Amino acid sequence: MRPKDAVITEIVSETPSVRTLRFEITFDAVPGQYLMVWVRGVDEVPMSISYKNGITVQKVGEATGAIFDLKVGDSLGVRGPLGNGFTLLGERILLVGGGVGAAPLALLGEAAAAKGIEVTTILGIRGCDDLIFRERFEGAGDLVITTDDGSMGICGRASAGLSCLDLEDYDQIYLCGPELMMADVIGRCGGMEAKIQASIDRYFKCGLGICGSCSIDPEGIRPCVEGPVIRGDRLVGTEFGRYKRGPSGRKR
Amino acid sequence: MDNPVMLAAGILGTTGASLKRAVLSGAGAVVTKSVGVAEREGHRGPAVVQVEGGLLNAMGLPNPSYRHFQEEIDIGRDGGAPVIASIFGSSPAEFVEVATGLEADGFELNLSCPHAERYGAEIGCEVFNVEVITRAVKESASVPVWVKLTPNVAEISALGLAAERGGADAIVAINTLRAMAIDVESCRPILGNRFGGLSGPAIKPVAVKCVYDLAGAVKIPVIGVGGVSSWEDACEMIIAGARGVQVGTALGNAEGYGIFRSISEGLSIYLDRKGMALQELVGAARRFP
Repeated sequence: MRPKDAVITEIVSETPSVRTLRFEITFDAVPGQYLMVWVRGVDEVPMSISYKNGITVQKVGEATGAIFDLKVGDSLGVRGPLGNGFTLLGERILLVGGGVGAAPLALLGEAAAAKGIEVTTILGIRGCDDLIFRERFEGAGDLVITTDDGSMGICGRASAGLSCLDLEDYDQIYLCGPELMMADVIGRCGGMEAKIQASIDRYFKCGLGICGSCSIDPEGIRPCVEGPVIRGDRLVGTEFGRYKRGPSGRKR
Repeated sequence: MDNPVMLAAGILGTTGASLKRAVLSGAGAVVTKSVGVAEREGHRGPAVVQVEGGLLNAMGLPNPSYRHFQEEIDIGRDGGAPVIASIFGSSPAEFVEVATGLEADGFELNLSCPHAERYGAEIGCEVFNVEVITRAVKESASVPVWVKLTPNVAEISALGLAAERGGADAIVAINTLRAMAIDVESCRPILGNRFGGLSGPAIKPVAVKCVYDLAGAVKIPVIGVGGVSSWEDACEMIIAGARGVQVGTALGNAEGYGIFRSISEGLSIYLDRKGMALQELVGAARRFP
């Protein structure tokens, strides 16, 4: 498909470096699916969907910086929804999010709660100023917050929140956040990797499974079409948590 | 080569893992993404967009430079099929530097990428350059050298003959057709590079004609590429004169890597049904002058 024109109808500042953009168009998306977002004249970048009609963006580089310059009435080009999102399984689920990784999990938590699934969420953030979507997670179920600086909830990483839960109690565990956080959680769930679904981040260029830039060693998984949500057991023994490649294809 | 179905250059060939996966999925040989002298990040996005009948791309030759690519070739070779390194440069000396810096089962000279300044088709549209660059690499390499040609010229056979004079072991045709798509809401060209190359089903009839013309003009083998998405497409290329086919854009179809097996199996069933060997099918369309 060619990019669709997505006119911005609302901009919400979630934190100083995170904004949600709502569009005039809605997406028929499964939580965890993504859009290739064309910031005209700048670049095209993958963004996970945080609302049926919105994305939540952290200012990290040139393209996301340019998104912060946009106003209501401006538009972005969007291709998608693309890829495979989260699959809802079981009666009790655990969501573990880090930073802006909370975005697709909020949509997932709402979808799960609407189906009567019991939802518990652990959100790991640097400090209380980085908390996003508190009401959405609390509306879906229990919320445990961890902060690196101890300004709210449990002091420590998201994994510190895991120690107060019995992971055997959950039918499925959903992850989205910094790669090292997710790799750490998978590492702590020895034997339960098959019930983990992780949304992973790689350098996506085509979003169509043909350019190879997001390929994961050693099997050559293509997260842009086979993911971005990939089952934990498929990530064990891969490059995940160890290295990734930059735009030239060189490891870094 | 028993299995004539290969992975085309530029598709999934960034990593050894992808190359190996293509081989394990049934590719008879794989061609890497093009590598050059220096590391390049490629053009800004959008780098690829779906259009009527195929894909439009301007990746911009992203590559880690040949200095960081041997490991990927070696991993690809673990699959057990030949790995052909696609290489590019802006001069005979650059091509030779890359070719002598890599160990592969063959080289495919990218004289045809339509959207990178100073590279690919910008030099590969001139017969003199094709001949000189082919000869230079041929003199420095001990493995087969294939030359991939651009269709964006008046007479592709002239380029094929130049490659043959330079000593090429095979011709690969075709690379993408120069093309463009514009977003009507913003009036902007969609690709970050503004224009790029068209691939996929839309260009298959163009590729068939180029293969037919080349096979009639040169004595060395021609490998057909451009819009091959099914065994019938592969068959058509072979009947036009191709000794092998490469598959690219169709890897983005729902069956993904499964395309290699479905094409080679379909081809086998066809040959059995006709009671023919692959060799007999090559250029069969010439019986009808």
